[in-house]
Amino acid sequence: MSATIDSPGSTPTVQLVTPDGRWQPSDSAEEYLPYVESLGEHDLKRFYRDMVVMRQFDTEAANLQRQGQLALWVPSHGQEAAQVGSAYAARPQDHIFPSYREHAVGMIRGLDMVDILRMLRGVTLGGWVPEENGNFHLYTLVLASQTLHATGYAMGMQLDGSSGTGNPETDAAVLVYFGDGASSQGDTSESLVFAASYQTPQVFFLQNNHWAISVPVARQSRTPLYLRGSGFGVPGTRVDGNDVLASYAVTAKWLDDARAGHGPALIEALTYRVGAHTTADDPTKYRTDDELASWVQRDPIVRFVAHLRTLGVEQEFLDAVDQEAADIADDARRRVLQLGPPSVGRMFENVYAEPHPLVEEQQEWLARYEESFGEQA
Amino acid sequence: MIQTDETRGLAVESQPPAGQQQPAAEQEPPAGQQQPSAEPAAPAQSDPPTRLTMPFGKALNAGMRAALAADDHVLLMGEDIGPLGGVYRITEGLQAEFGDKRVFDTPLAESGIVGTAIGLAMRGFRPVCEIQFDGFVFPAFDQITTQLARMRNRHEGGVTMPIVIRIPFGGSIGSIEHHSESPEAYFAHTPGLRVVAPATPNDAYWMIQDAIRSNDPVIFFEPKSRYFTKGEVDTTVPAAPLHTSRIAREGTDVTLVGYGAMVDTLLRAADLAAAEGTSAEVIDLRSISPLDFGPVLESVRKTGRLVVGQEAPGFVSVASEIAATVAERAFYSLEAPVLRVTAFDTPYPPSKLEHGFIPDADRILEAVDRSLAY
Repeated sequence: MSATIDSPGSTPTVQLVTPDGRWQPSDSAEEYLPYVESLGEHDLKRFYRDMVVMRQFDTEAANLQRQGQLALWVPSHGQEAAQVGSAYAARPQDHIFPSYREHAVGMIRGLDMVDILRMLRGVTLGGWVPEENGNFHLYTLVLASQTLHATGYAMGMQLDGSSGTGNPETDAAVLVYFGDGASSQGDTSESLVFAASYQTPQVFFLQNNHWAISVPVARQSRTPLYLRGSGFGVPGTRVDGNDVLASYAVTAKWLDDARAGHGPALIEALTYRVGAHTTADDPTKYRTDDELASWVQRDPIVRFVAHLRTLGVEQEFLDAVDQEAADIADDARRRVLQLGPPSVGRMFENVYAEPHPLVEEQQEWLARYEESFGEQA
Repeated sequence: MIQTDETRGLAVESQPPAGQQQPAAEQEPPAGQQQPSAEPAAPAQSDPPTRLTMPFGKALNAGMRAALAADDHVLLMGEDIGPLGGVYRITEGLQAEFGDKRVFDTPLAESGIVGTAIGLAMRGFRPVCEIQFDGFVFPAFDQITTQLARMRNRHEGGVTMPIVIRIPFGGSIGSIEHHSESPEAYFAHTPGLRVVAPATPNDAYWMIQDAIRSNDPVIFFEPKSRYFTKGEVDTTVPAAPLHTSRIAREGTDVTLVGYGAMVDTLLRAADLAAAEGTSAEVIDLRSISPLDFGPVLESVRKTGRLVVGQEAPGFVSVASEIAATVAERAFYSLEAPVLRVTAFDTPYPPSKLEHGFIPDADRILEAVDRSLAY
């Protein structure tokens, strides 16, 4: 017990599996244990498979960017456990408001990963229909803006009676993702104020990956971020975000409570952005090799492989997953290369829901202008 | 009491519904047996007084009451709008009538108000947000411009954002800093938003309902200096469509254009001009974005002269856009350059100076004289 992550004197952190793969729940993990007891071998294999698929996809997407096929890629390397664990805790009726790095969450909710690449290739500003993709809402690039949308959405669930009825099969909640950098935005604070005020069915999932581009989390907060909610009246929990089972259990518990009408909660998942902020970033300019190495030792996939081996999972399964991940990445590459630009007229579409004379006039002008070149040719 | 969507729809069509047509002809009593009041005919019962005189603020209140009654998805949200009825009492009585799930006070955070309204709209509601004063909208500016305005576009039509943001705007109320601003140009400059400003109680009553019914976000500027100005409201005959401008006074020598509280100033100027023998046509724009240039261009083609008045500073403003567009589209009709009469490009001054800051009828007339001198 003394070896656990929340030994006396340190910040209590829910952890179920140690970095070397041993099942050794931390003291603070006790209330979350019932949530993992229901998981079977199939679930654990699924968690592993999704983390590996995402890791491979991440590498492929970064390569696509380097080859000029994407304008940008936003790596999720290192954060797979926080994302996969929390995503599996959500139920189909829940709504998820991501920031812009939650690729694995989208995948688990049914999103075709190429839809994310469409946005990063500059083909679309959005990329998918949330209601057709597991209620996984569009990425939001202005930090923390989505926290308020999520809170408003959760207010709507309350108003239309979709939450807190006591029926766990139908009651819904909102899961909103943001990061340590976004925690400093005013919208995050306002969303916590509104969520506490109206007691919304909502879980705030803060992935503390320790870096907001080049600025360390210490610049954002001098106190652990899981405490950020307490002043607002939103209970907070810190979880080892590189422990997929702990991420699942903690999120499952607080989402259950939110659906049941017990109000909002904040989860801080401790993880690490192993890759760059985006492909436009150079982390070697602001962080040390030693720090990176210390987190690579806590890699969520390495940890979970070790844990699965203790459970008797065979190499054959692991090899099959590697092959599947490679196939998925290849397929995504093939399909991305086929994505052509949208038609020019698209920029005028859906600016408004109802007719707008100025937009129509400009669209007609552009069509005439382009036609004029055709006539000359 | 107030007109619902359905009754309004009938009024628009100006046709009684099928089956109710001409009951008089069929039921005409035999000659000599007239029964003037024997049957309190159904139509009479459903005809409330159609022309009421009420202040601008009460007209807004009545319009929102009608919208709340017509559609359960309509919500009112903002600071102090519940039991207090808003600092200007525009929502007075609405929480008592519709309950605190339809009309509710929010925490004191404008970005939070608009940001959560976006989430509510995604869930299918039609939020009407009250921003307490013009100068306090800016904490919400990010949510309005980077989120609300683009939400439908980035969803490729997958969501609608039927959100109304009500903002009392303009000066002349002797108030302190940040309570007299005219920030409409910021919003008119943003694609995806619609921006309107009623000038009369009748338009206040109808335009707020049209704005709430719109499937696009509407920034609804209310000329707060006119909240207590009374006017006639016809609750059966809808006003002109939301995004059309209106001839407020006909004239032949010069065209005066404005919106919101400025319309009254232009009408006073037209009165004074008439006394001097100049016939001024006054156009109430009503909608700032989109801007209905048709009546403006038509008027300018008639008068050859245009003066645009506004309470906002002039640089890169609505008046600038009007001047540019009229110069482009009615160049050969113009007898004089388009003149802008605006507030100065300074921060809104202490209120003891505001009467020299906001254009009054005399400054409009000075511009009219300059225009006529060409």
